[in-house]
Amino acid sequence: MARRGPDLRGATGDLTLQSVTKEFGSFTAVDELDLVVPRGGFFALLGPSGCGKTTTLRMVAGLEQPTSGRVFIGSTDLTGSRPYERPVNTVFQSYALFPHLDIAGNVAFGPRRRGVKDAAARATEALELVQMGHLADRKPGQLSGGQQQRVAVARALVNRPEVLLLDEPLGALDLKLRRQMQVELKRIQTEVGLTFIHVTHDQEEAMTMADTVAVMNAGRIEQMGPPAELYDLPRTAFVANFLGQSNLVRGTVAADDGDVVTVTTRAGQVVVPSARATARTGDVVMGVRPEKVRLEQASDTPNLNGDNMVGPGTVVDVSFSGVSTQYIVDVPGLGSWTVFAQNLGVDAVARRGDSVLLMWNPYHAFTLPGDEDLTAGVDPDVVEVLT
Amino acid sequence: MRSRRLAPYVLLIPGLAWLTIFFIIPLVQLGAVSLQSGFPGYPGYYYRDVNVGNYASALTEFGAHFGRSILYAGLATLFTFCLAYPLAYTMAFKAGRWRNVMLICVVAPFFTSFILRTIAWRQILADDSPIVRTLNALDILPGGHLTETWVAVVAGLTYNFLPFMVLPIYASLERADPRLIEAGGDLYANGFTTFRTVTVPLSMPGIIAGTLLTFIPAAGDYVNAELLGSDTSTKMVGNVIESQFFRVLGGFPVAAALSFTLMALILVMVVIYIRRFGTEELV
Repeated sequence: MARRGPDLRGATGDLTLQSVTKEFGSFTAVDELDLVVPRGGFFALLGPSGCGKTTTLRMVAGLEQPTSGRVFIGSTDLTGSRPYERPVNTVFQSYALFPHLDIAGNVAFGPRRRGVKDAAARATEALELVQMGHLADRKPGQLSGGQQQRVAVARALVNRPEVLLLDEPLGALDLKLRRQMQVELKRIQTEVGLTFIHVTHDQEEAMTMADTVAVMNAGRIEQMGPPAELYDLPRTAFVANFLGQSNLVRGTVAADDGDVVTVTTRAGQVVVPSARATARTGDVVMGVRPEKVRLEQASDTPNLNGDNMVGPGTVVDVSFSGVSTQYIVDVPGLGSWTVFAQNLGVDAVARRGDSVLLMWNPYHAFTLPGDEDLTAGVDPDVVEVLT
Repeated sequence: MRSRRLAPYVLLIPGLAWLTIFFIIPLVQLGAVSLQSGFPGYPGYYYRDVNVGNYASALTEFGAHFGRSILYAGLATLFTFCLAYPLAYTMAFKAGRWRNVMLICVVAPFFTSFILRTIAWRQILADDSPIVRTLNALDILPGGHLTETWVAVVAGLTYNFLPFMVLPIYASLERADPRLIEAGGDLYANGFTTFRTVTVPLSMPGIIAGTLLTFIPAAGDYVNAELLGSDTSTKMVGNVIESQFFRVLGGFPVAAALSFTLMALILVMVVIYIRRFGTEELV
């Protein structure tokens, strides 16, 4: 192979994956993936373990080569090149700091290999960026997990790569530190303006940090877009369940007047605005997020105001979590629905055993194609409890 | 509570007792012997003394043997390292399902006796062996022999200590986190640079252990020099100690002085070596 390192390292622009496929034996880890990440964006690849997100990341880094398809930065084709030839750096899941080098040596490793003259000065600067300058002469083994994580970020950032890859970088940290690092990473990304690609299985982390989230499942991207948009209008059951939670129910379209679609479920008719209906004919799945659903005592006379209403159902579980309370309601024909109610008052809206009605604004509902698996993307432990 | 604090000491007793009886006391005894003087006119009889002359004669008479021991052991360590590192590297990273087969092959020689294997090398390096005949046919073997030369001694040492070098290096390479090697590539180091700046430093504990496990016993070895070397020009300190103890009447004090000197010499070299390359901070 010709030595083409330097030219590849100069590549700039959007990251493009063109129908990239990766097979390991008979297992397809990544399946015909097409993706464009705009330059300077904070992009999250979200999915359960084994969905192909890490393999995708490794193909961008050059640590794996695609079975077919191409990887570009700008107009430069990186396919087939080695990791050290690419303007891409990785923050590894386990940090992968070199135990035989001190912190300054770890961070200066990249610049030294590239023959940068003031490698040490750059390393110091990068360590300041992550507020680790005071520990420059320690060995990685002497640092806490959070400190190692910052060093790993500095070691990658110091090279000013065109694309920075983060492979579950916060996975090993405890919750509080993770929140702190999420904010920190977001700050750093804004400050340096590089393209960040963040791989995670934590949906909250993906939504907090990224401007664009791609939800991956079984080697494919299920849906991609800004977090709020994905959350508000999921287009597959997998996204509806994996990104937050959803109450899903099967039904049949009874009418479609162009503005709203009327769906007949086993618990009665509900309406969904046509604009929010991914499926508008035949068998469909209707869904609504738990926090969008309201509870009313069945004995009260509900004030509908055009809202959908189902029930009555029976409250089977109430769990208080401070800010909100989660109710599990068994509705004949719907199964178990989850309702999150913000704790505006002191007393709970309903108690276990109460008979309640469920209501929601049609503008929060959505429909999915009728052949979707209702439990796709649900945590396997939860599925066990539900069935 | 008291018994709990005593427990570690109680557990140490058997080991300490063993070491005291079979190592420390004999060592002190050896030290005492190395300072004894012989009764004039009664060879083989000694009296207690502080005769430093034993050490002087050990060094003056047998200095060449010390030099050879260190040189041969050093060469053997270098050659075993050159053979062992690529082998251990292949086993750790490239062998796949052949890894265990290779490990067994490395350990297999231990199933036959050390002496027997060294005697076998006499046949391999004999004047009539295919190796020597080929080398002679090509006219590239000065002197026409391999046995009775330093080459044979170093070859024997190299062969006999190879597993002691391979196993620790393999263990340290096998334990190395593959992500560190990937990180090297990710940070602009090509294959060879990653090997030099990441893989080798990570395997330093194995290299240190392997070189010590080879060098120390090789420097004190006498079997290879005895069976493969010449009677005059390739004797090592081990051979001298053996013959002073068992074949020279009145040779006990000098033999003991030689043993002590060798021990001190190796100890000093090892301390310097570990100081220089010590890697105790490596996790």
